[in-house]
Amino acid sequence: MKNLPILEINSLAVDYRTSRGTIRAVEDVSFSIEKGKTLGLAGESGSGKSTLGLSIIRLVPYPGVIAKGHIKIGGTDILKLSENEMRSIRGRKVAYIFQDPMTSLNPVKRIGAHFVELICTHEPTMKKEEAFDRAKEVLKNLGILPERINDYPHQFSGGMRQRIMIGLAIALNPDLVIADEPTTALDVIVQAKILDLLESLRKIYGMALILVSHDLSIILERCDEIIVMYAGHMVEYATNIELHRNPQHPYTQGLLRSIPNIELSDQRLSAIPGSPPNMLNPPKGCRFWLRCPQAEKECSTKEPPLVNIGRNHFIRCFRHGEEDSQ
Amino acid sequence: MNEVKIKRSILARLIPRLTSLTKRGPSGWMIIVGIVIVSALVIMTVIGPYVSPHDPSAILVGPIRAPPSLQFPMGTNHLGQDMLSRVLCGGSIMLQVAAFSVLICFIIGVPIGLFSSYVGGFFDSACSLVIDALYAFPGLVIAIAIAAMLGPGVINMALSIAVVYIPSYFRIVRSQVLSIKELAYVEAARASGSKWYTILFRYIFPNVIPSIVVVVTINFADAILTAAGLTFIGLGVAVNIPDWGWDLTKGRELIASGTWWVITFPGIMIILLALGFTFIGEGLSELLNPKLQR
Amino acid sequence: MGLRSYIITRILLTIPTLLLLLSMVFLFMRVLPGDPVYLHFEKKATPEQVEQMRHLLGLDKPLWTQYIDYLLGLVNFRYFLQHGYPNLGKSMQNYEPVGGQVFSAFPATLELAIYSMLIASVMGILLGVISSKSYNSVLDHLIRGLGTIAYAIPVFFLGIMFQLIFGVYLHWLPTGLRINPNVQPPAHITGLYTLDSLLEGNLFKFFESLKALLLPSLTLGIVLSGMFIRLTRTNMLETLRLDFVTAARARGLKESTVTYGYALRNAFLPILTMMGLQFAMLLGGAILTETTFSWPGLGSYIVSRINYRDYTAIQGAVVMFGLFVTLVSLVVDILYAYFDPRIRL
Repeated sequence: MKNLPILEINSLAVDYRTSRGTIRAVEDVSFSIEKGKTLGLAGESGSGKSTLGLSIIRLVPYPGVIAKGHIKIGGTDILKLSENEMRSIRGRKVAYIFQDPMTSLNPVKRIGAHFVELICTHEPTMKKEEAFDRAKEVLKNLGILPERINDYPHQFSGGMRQRIMIGLAIALNPDLVIADEPTTALDVIVQAKILDLLESLRKIYGMALILVSHDLSIILERCDEIIVMYAGHMVEYATNIELHRNPQHPYTQGLLRSIPNIELSDQRLSAIPGSPPNMLNPPKGCRFWLRCPQAEKECSTKEPPLVNIGRNHFIRCFRHGEEDSQ
Repeated sequence: MNEVKIKRSILARLIPRLTSLTKRGPSGWMIIVGIVIVSALVIMTVIGPYVSPHDPSAILVGPIRAPPSLQFPMGTNHLGQDMLSRVLCGGSIMLQVAAFSVLICFIIGVPIGLFSSYVGGFFDSACSLVIDALYAFPGLVIAIAIAAMLGPGVINMALSIAVVYIPSYFRIVRSQVLSIKELAYVEAARASGSKWYTILFRYIFPNVIPSIVVVVTINFADAILTAAGLTFIGLGVAVNIPDWGWDLTKGRELIASGTWWVITFPGIMIILLALGFTFIGEGLSELLNPKLQR
Repeated sequence: MGLRSYIITRILLTIPTLLLLLSMVFLFMRVLPGDPVYLHFEKKATPEQVEQMRHLLGLDKPLWTQYIDYLLGLVNFRYFLQHGYPNLGKSMQNYEPVGGQVFSAFPATLELAIYSMLIASVMGILLGVISSKSYNSVLDHLIRGLGTIAYAIPVFFLGIMFQLIFGVYLHWLPTGLRINPNVQPPAHITGLYTLDSLLEGNLFKFFESLKALLLPSLTLGIVLSGMFIRLTRTNMLETLRLDFVTAARARGLKESTVTYGYALRNAFLPILTMMGLQFAMLLGGAILTETTFSWPGLGSYIVSRINYRDYTAIQGAVVMFGLFVTLVSLVVDILYAYFDPRIRL
């Protein structure tokens, strides 16, 4: 029996209404995620993945607005909620981990105070001392010495600060955690530790995890389901196994090809030629056709719809089913 | 005829630039509004003597301390002078003082700033120290002290105001030069053997100009307010030329008898003039430093 | 480094700054054209009278000696303990010690400055925060517009308008004195009437002195707040875009907590520094405000001395202003270090 999805998104569209025109950063995105699963959002800068992540908690920055679609968390349509009701969901039911740990904590607040504030906001009946004890416990699970609870953020390294951010995210046992490029700002060794930490916490607490990254290799390693985004569109949505076995979209194929293989010597780095389109004036037809090695006439005039090619593998391309030309 | 031709070509170049400002959003509009206000007031002051209904200095053209009426739309003061005429003509001293002080500041502050920051080293540190000490000091106090020593007069007032603002020019120029000095193309010019004054004036100076323009406009606005302040204290010009600042001072004494019009109208003019320059300055600085643009 | 050592270092750094300041004041009064004594008598004195005054004021000594005397006079602690004020020379008008006059006039200016700063800060910060939170809305533009206008108004014009409306038309508040003439001022402990009344336990005097302070500090406060509104708004807008603010919202914290505990708390530091720098401007405005309301402070003092062409007194008053500004900037720097733990390390 399938679990009820903790998050359901239908035909979501998010716009940025700037003085120079409206940019549709996210278009026609639909997916769902169940408790205990990991979903990876892969895509390059500007693909809309961060905007998508922020829209789940309705924190798209000005001048962004959620233009169309539905977002349901635990069955509740959050787009209909008041700001107060939304606030009780943030941090408690859904947590968000930001990309840069160096700038995500309040520089003038001790880290213990960060936790106490969070806990007391969502559980007003709790006493300060209790909240403090809870904070110390969380920190212990993260591998941070409890004596450091009265230190300021700048007294910690980047890796430790990210652990603190993770701690703040899981402190109230949320149902869903969204991690936006949690390791991009960290060095490689620390990266692996942080991702392992997230994984072990997920197993302990049983929450769903959405991992947003431009690094497809990380996503391939750790996510049950994967969405590949390009220029605001979902171009491929499949399970991990399916994507490994049968990547269909030319963009996905290009990304997979460009992951260097440490075992091969004398390897030439292959990259996808060109750059992402101008979102103020996206090209007609498929947004990827200008860079696509398999593009045909049809691709430049009509926008391909998202189709299910079986085994819950969705793809937005006219050329699906054809073998990789290289 | 030649002058007309020159003016027309300047206008011809200005107008497209001004209209392009409207496309730059609210900051552009602020600049335009500011320019309109300032131009209107300058024109008013220049043609004032020709269009004012009465001689602004002539006394007893009407009853003493008469409130605003159809005959005297801005009333009369304690000497029976027509306030409307005085308001139309009263801006010239303020504008002159402000213009002179800006000129002096520019001529002194900018070269010192350019030279000092370019040369660097001990000279630069010494200059900065002195300038910073001057900058921290309350401006009006300095202006008062200097004006008190020098005595009345347009140039003296301009000098005392100028001393107060030279540090601002110095600092802005210096911060700009310090950041430009290390750029690649300046290094390249140095490496190819250009003389220091060539580098300074052909490469560095043009990039400093935008920031200076902002300082100039704000300087203008402050100079006007300071000039009014100095006049109010009694350090103004001791001549019988119609002057808004003088009317403010005299008008104050008349307040007790409920004569509000002598001080109000010149006061509004001063506010408008200062506002005009402030708008230009703020609009310009927003356009040049689009930190808040999304 | 620790807060204590930072404070000590900072205080030590003040000394060369002070020296520079005092020297500059000294130079100003000597370098400008015109002989101060000659100007004082407005060319109506005999050469003997001029010589006599110059001798009595020590202005006939060589420049170096005058400079040393001037500096030594200021740090002469025995004189200070003896008289209760430093040695700032003698007035040209009546040969009375300038130090005494300056010190007795100063508290009034200090009190005015404090209350004006209070009004300007509260108004400026509140309106600046509101303006930044409703970015680009009608309210935002309105507040900005009002702020710009407030700053463009000559402070004495506003003062006179207030006097007109409140004093003449509504016959409300007393104008021209620090406290109602029928009331005895409180015992002199600090020289600040409001504080002294409270220390005396006399609430009536406290309110009476507040009444007298109201119009002048409101005038100066409103004009200053124009700048503070813009300052706060700009700093808040920058801070509100920072990651940790969004992160705080993502944790479901209340909007008021985010605005004040996260954004303002971090934006506050640059605002504080700017406010400290603006203090210098405050003093300029204070002079004009005092003249307008006949407030018996250092500003009125310096203006009256100008009319008397009393140059030694003017010099003494300018020195006093300079000392005050230096002290304030010292306090601001220390407060900054206290609030920002990063700067001490």
